[in-house]
Amino acid sequence: MTPVATTFFFYFLAAVTVISGLLVITQRNAVHSALALILSLLGQAALYLMLYAPFVAGVQIILYAGGIMVLFLFVIMLVSIEQQQKEEQFNKLWVVGVLAAVALGGLFVGVYVKGKALFSGPVLPFSEPSNTQQIAVLLYGNYMFAFEIASLLLLVAIIGAVVMAKKRI
Amino acid sequence: MTDATKYLSHLELGEPDKTFLDSNELIINMGPQHPATHGVLRVILKLDGEKVLGTECVIGYLHRGVEKIAEHRTYTMFNPYVDRMDYVAAVSNGLGYCEAVEKLLNIEAPPRANYIRVILTELNRLASHQLWLGTHALDIGAMTPLFYTFRDREEILKIFEKYCGARLTTHAFRIGGCLYETYDGFERDVKKFIDSAPSKIDEYEELLTTNRIWVERTKGVGTISAKDCIALGVTGPVLRASGVKWDLRKAQPYAAYRDFDFEIPIGESGDTYDRYLVRMQEMRQSLRILEQAVGKIPEGPIMAKVPKVMKPPVGEIYHSIEAPKGELGYFIVSDGSTQPYRVRVRPPSFVNLQALDIMVRGQLVADVIAVIGTLDIVLGEVDR
Amino acid sequence: MLDYITSYLSDTVKVTPGQVGNVFWIVVYIFIVFGGVSVAVIAMNWLERKALAHFQIRLGPMRVGPHGLLQPIADALKLFTKEDIIPSAADKLVFWIAPLIILCASFTTYIVVPFGPTHAITDLNIGILFMLGVSSLSVLGVVMAGWASNSHYPLIGALRSSAQMVSYEIAMGLAVVSAVLMTSLNAAGTGTLSMIGIVRAQQAQHVWFLFKFFPLGLIAFVIFAIAMIAETNRAPFDLPEAESELTAGFHTEYSGLRWSLFMLGEYAAMIAVSSIAVTLWLGGWMRPFPNALTGDTWDAVFSLFPGLTFLGLAAICFVGVARMPKHPYFRVQTIGLAGFGAVLGLIGLVLFAPPVRDRIQDIYWFVAKVGVFMYLYIWYRATFPRYRFDQLMKVGWKVLLPIALGVLIATAVWGVLV
Repeated sequence: MTPVATTFFFYFLAAVTVISGLLVITQRNAVHSALALILSLLGQAALYLMLYAPFVAGVQIILYAGGIMVLFLFVIMLVSIEQQQKEEQFNKLWVVGVLAAVALGGLFVGVYVKGKALFSGPVLPFSEPSNTQQIAVLLYGNYMFAFEIASLLLLVAIIGAVVMAKKRI
Repeated sequence: MTDATKYLSHLELGEPDKTFLDSNELIINMGPQHPATHGVLRVILKLDGEKVLGTECVIGYLHRGVEKIAEHRTYTMFNPYVDRMDYVAAVSNGLGYCEAVEKLLNIEAPPRANYIRVILTELNRLASHQLWLGTHALDIGAMTPLFYTFRDREEILKIFEKYCGARLTTHAFRIGGCLYETYDGFERDVKKFIDSAPSKIDEYEELLTTNRIWVERTKGVGTISAKDCIALGVTGPVLRASGVKWDLRKAQPYAAYRDFDFEIPIGESGDTYDRYLVRMQEMRQSLRILEQAVGKIPEGPIMAKVPKVMKPPVGEIYHSIEAPKGELGYFIVSDGSTQPYRVRVRPPSFVNLQALDIMVRGQLVADVIAVIGTLDIVLGEVDR
Repeated sequence: MLDYITSYLSDTVKVTPGQVGNVFWIVVYIFIVFGGVSVAVIAMNWLERKALAHFQIRLGPMRVGPHGLLQPIADALKLFTKEDIIPSAADKLVFWIAPLIILCASFTTYIVVPFGPTHAITDLNIGILFMLGVSSLSVLGVVMAGWASNSHYPLIGALRSSAQMVSYEIAMGLAVVSAVLMTSLNAAGTGTLSMIGIVRAQQAQHVWFLFKFFPLGLIAFVIFAIAMIAETNRAPFDLPEAESELTAGFHTEYSGLRWSLFMLGEYAAMIAVSSIAVTLWLGGWMRPFPNALTGDTWDAVFSLFPGLTFLGLAAICFVGVARMPKHPYFRVQTIGLAGFGAVLGLIGLVLFAPPVRDRIQDIYWFVAKVGVFMYLYIWYRATFPRYRFDQLMKVGWKVLLPIALGVLIATAVWGVLV
């Protein structure tokens, strides 16, 4: 697949992702925050596409935007109908928050600058059309154990949720 | 307490919680205007989430004071009013009233009139059950049987129109017999209808009886036991579907029903599916009666000797017939004058509606609509 | 510049415009596909009203245009000119966005729908995953529509609708996975998620996946066919939007143009999931009996079908013209119907010309198969009563899901052993 207008799309998608991320924390209405988070996740999925990882992009859309965010929206809509108008938008300790964010950002920048040689260059180790196959080979081959444990964890969570909710049926 | 909770005080209702979806108990009003309550019926439901804890029916939106009007009309003048009560099965209403007054006056309608009465009443039973089937299926979501049953009902209504000029509120009978002689081609029309009807009923059954969605929506829904039915006074197909073999056409025969050979279908479990099957079988039995009747209508007069000015002797009479919806009874008190002292109508829908509360307890909200449909109520009869 | 535009037209190109990277042709294809889908939605609206009416022994729209052919346009005009009512306590931004999300999600899935081996906007190599994922975004639109109305009944209806859609997505996904599994039964041992690749796999294995590993392919197809009806909230799974129940559905507070966007999105989603079913199990763009009736003569016979179809439709129009009442009031309608029949006949004749005949084959068979599914949708709506909501969820979780899992495992085992 020959890339088209890479620079423009990268900056555009990065802007969408970052700005909607900012909107998540600045919106007064919780539902608007959730919608901004969906937009941010979709922007991320498009960035994955640009990194020649289509499977991850597809799974991001299905699971995050289409599944987890729906769950978020359910909870926000069912639970906080009355209280959302009364939330205070910004904490009194916002100075500490900004300092912590700046420190974290400095840490990221430092790691990247010092360790640039560790990250492989723009050459892809795997070819793009077989992205799905390669993920499958790694997931069910090298990381099989972790995969099974993660699915067991999810099973426990599902059973716990059903048991807790059962008496309300 | 709000207006709705006042009605439900017998259910020991507390103050409903503030937040809508947090609360367990909820009062919902199925208002008088609703696509599925078959008229102006208001049902107040107390729900726990999706389950129904109790109901209260508020009726009276169609009350027209029919019984009070009867006290100021002569017996003949009151005859057209009875059609308007159960407007779907007007012929049965007229039959019950005319027979009650005939009993009061101690006259008997001639055999030919009785046969004509039976034919028209059974045709009306078919029409009423067809309308019931169409609207009941529509409530549960099957759109098509409605159009099929209404198309087939047209044939019956055409026969009525040719006979007495009206399709719905027929005023077909008079005290002492029938006013109109059967028109030319009456037997031919009825025979044509009898020939074409069984395949139509097969069509309805093919669409619904073995359809697993229909069965799942109706089996086990709205069950009522025979004991509860008898305790509440429920009659008609509802009673028969609970297993009680009681049909006034066989138990206390009237008109010409002694001459005919037919069966009383009964059900087993008293749920909606059984009521559906019972009514379908009743349609077939009606066709059987019609077949027997239309071949051998006896000759003779159609009107008995009735005094011009009807002054029944002082007394009271209760006469009931098997209307399509149940036992329709007339209690007439005469004080010797030309106008009755009291006419009390025992409408089957009014008594059957009491069973709604028992039938929907513990069921889901979507079942309430199915149960109202299966009780086959007509608000004109409930409110009079 | 001109070279760039015509680079896609050369004979050596055997892939979709998206893969070639020719932006001009991508845009052209997008216009064609989206325009085609819009026309299909309008036609589906008309067909639904007429077919439903004929099932119910009545005629349906007859007055607006001959046999109601202009009825959808009249409906669209009416909806455009209606007053736009927004509930005063509603959240304006979310109220505005919800139908747009459903619409965009439904329409975006069309970029991978394969009308032919080169007739798709693009062929992502995660094609089917993309379609399932983007169509799951319409759940968000439903939830937002119900919430933005700020009223209890639409909210309950929206939550029920979205719970139903999410539940049946699982059965859909498992059925899709078992079909994708079947694509891997080739020499290389790797399957593919791309839509065109799945049809090519059916071509290579000389069998439609409907009949593969009989009856497993059939069961998977049936599961998907049932789940896709529940996914699009159509009868018999349309309790959340039924009028005779207590909760009135998530689009109660929407009127006019916004409501028509919901309907547009719903029909587009119906066509999209039918395309998935056709691609995965019914051989996509392949003509019927590609293996039993092979050879040039049979190819030629089947290539006559598009023209014959349109000529048949034109013949039906002319029969309708002959049966129109001979009254001055009907003159305009008669002329209109005759003109419509003439246009259809002309299209049919054009489709007989050899160069067009070869190119139109794939698209025609794909659209014909999707059309069969549309008719089935209407047939189900006319025949079946509605499922109650708890029964609906029971069917999704306790019936379809275990069977889908079983089919998946059986398919995998059969594929490995044989």
